[in-house]
Amino acid sequence: MLRLEDLQIPGIETINLTIAPGECIGLSGESGSGKTRLLRAIADMDEHGGQVYEENVAQDDVRAHEWRRRVALLPAESHWWLDTVGEHFSAHAEHIEALGFGQDVMSWSISRCSSGEKQRLSILRMLANCPRVLLLDEPTANLDAANSERVERLVLDYLVEHNAIAIWVGHDAAQLSRVAHHRYQVSDGSFTKVVHP
Amino acid sequence: MKTEFITLTAPDLILASLLVLALIGLVARLQLGLGQTLSIAAVRTTVQLLLVGLILEAVFNRARLSWILLIALVMMVVAAWEILARQKRKLRAKWGFSISAFALFVSSFMITVLTLLMVIEADPWYTPQYAIPLLGMLLGNTMNGIALGMDRLVQTAWQQRAVIEQRLMLGQKDSEAIRDIARDSMRAGMIPIINAMAAAGVVSLPGMMTGQILAGSPPVEAVKYQILIMFLVTAGTGFAVIMVLQLITRRMFDSRERLRFDRLLKVPR
Repeated sequence: MLRLEDLQIPGIETINLTIAPGECIGLSGESGSGKTRLLRAIADMDEHGGQVYEENVAQDDVRAHEWRRRVALLPAESHWWLDTVGEHFSAHAEHIEALGFGQDVMSWSISRCSSGEKQRLSILRMLANCPRVLLLDEPTANLDAANSERVERLVLDYLVEHNAIAIWVGHDAAQLSRVAHHRYQVSDGSFTKVVHP
Repeated sequence: MKTEFITLTAPDLILASLLVLALIGLVARLQLGLGQTLSIAAVRTTVQLLLVGLILEAVFNRARLSWILLIALVMMVVAAWEILARQKRKLRAKWGFSISAFALFVSSFMITVLTLLMVIEADPWYTPQYAIPLLGMLLGNTMNGIALGMDRLVQTAWQQRAVIEQRLMLGQKDSEAIRDIARDSMRAGMIPIINAMAAAGVVSLPGMMTGQILAGSPPVEAVKYQILIMFLVTAGTGFAVIMVLQLITRRMFDSRERLRFDRLLKVPR
């Protein structure tokens, strides 16, 4: 369970929200409306008011880096700082084939990866930490239809398998209705549930 | 042992200055755009050194601890200020000055005092002929080290802030996320003195040693002093750079391991 309690982010109304295990929340809104800032607050990357609980563990109860291993944020643009793909993984990568790669991908040089490959690899890199909550900021923005579908399937399988939670930020209404159990939207500072999208 | 040495006359110095003037003329002719900077620096060095010569003569004739401490204080303040002035990304001034001054005090000043008390053992221990050049050499080198290390750390961290945040998002500790950059910065701060030690005597004759030999000291005596200075400078610079890098990285992240450049620099929003 993920619970946002009186979460305060500049420019958005105070948010109270509970997400049940296994659920995926779809979040949309114009660029600049604060979706990314909301994800960053949940991952404790920015200062914010209020509290976030994951399985009754409050953000402030654990060290920040431990929190971010449980509550993983996937930024819209991934960053890589070492030479090969595999060096960036904290643990053995699973689901490599599920995103259309072969086992040799770990020895690939970062400089030869396309932006779409990096985006898919960044999802594998995040999942290698076995997070309980996935905060996905436009996870398929650089991907073609086939790869988007692979990512959707992988994320949904992961949620079922680990009883995990996802917040999926995206612009594609059709995709959000495929992946999300509930949908919310941020616009003009208000955070509202989308009923019958 | 006192040996006669050859004093320089004003015409001697004018002769040397003609070389610099020739260089300035050539630079201007080739439009290399360095003429003004060179002229100002040449004038500065002349005026500053003459002034310092006069002050030192006055102090050397009358060794008073309070005078020497005052001079040491001025030297440290100027060094701390110079460190800040050399930063490409301007740190918040009060804080940047404080950590620089603190590091200079703890390393250069303390090492100078310890050396005077335990190694040189002049009578009195603060004899200015020893105290002031020693502090000067430590401060000068430490200042360089701090300025280089600090500049590298802040500059690289700023350029790579997205990478640092990515590493934090993957659950790395703040110290882990900045480690590569801190290591690089330590290197940047220490390379000049490491190079100086490695090349000393083979490629270059260190300035202080050269000076002593020109003034008539036996080479082996000059060498012993030079080795002492090299070790002191290396230790002083190393400790100071570590201190400053630690203080900056602590300030760069808050208690929740968030990257907080706003605490370090004036950041445009």
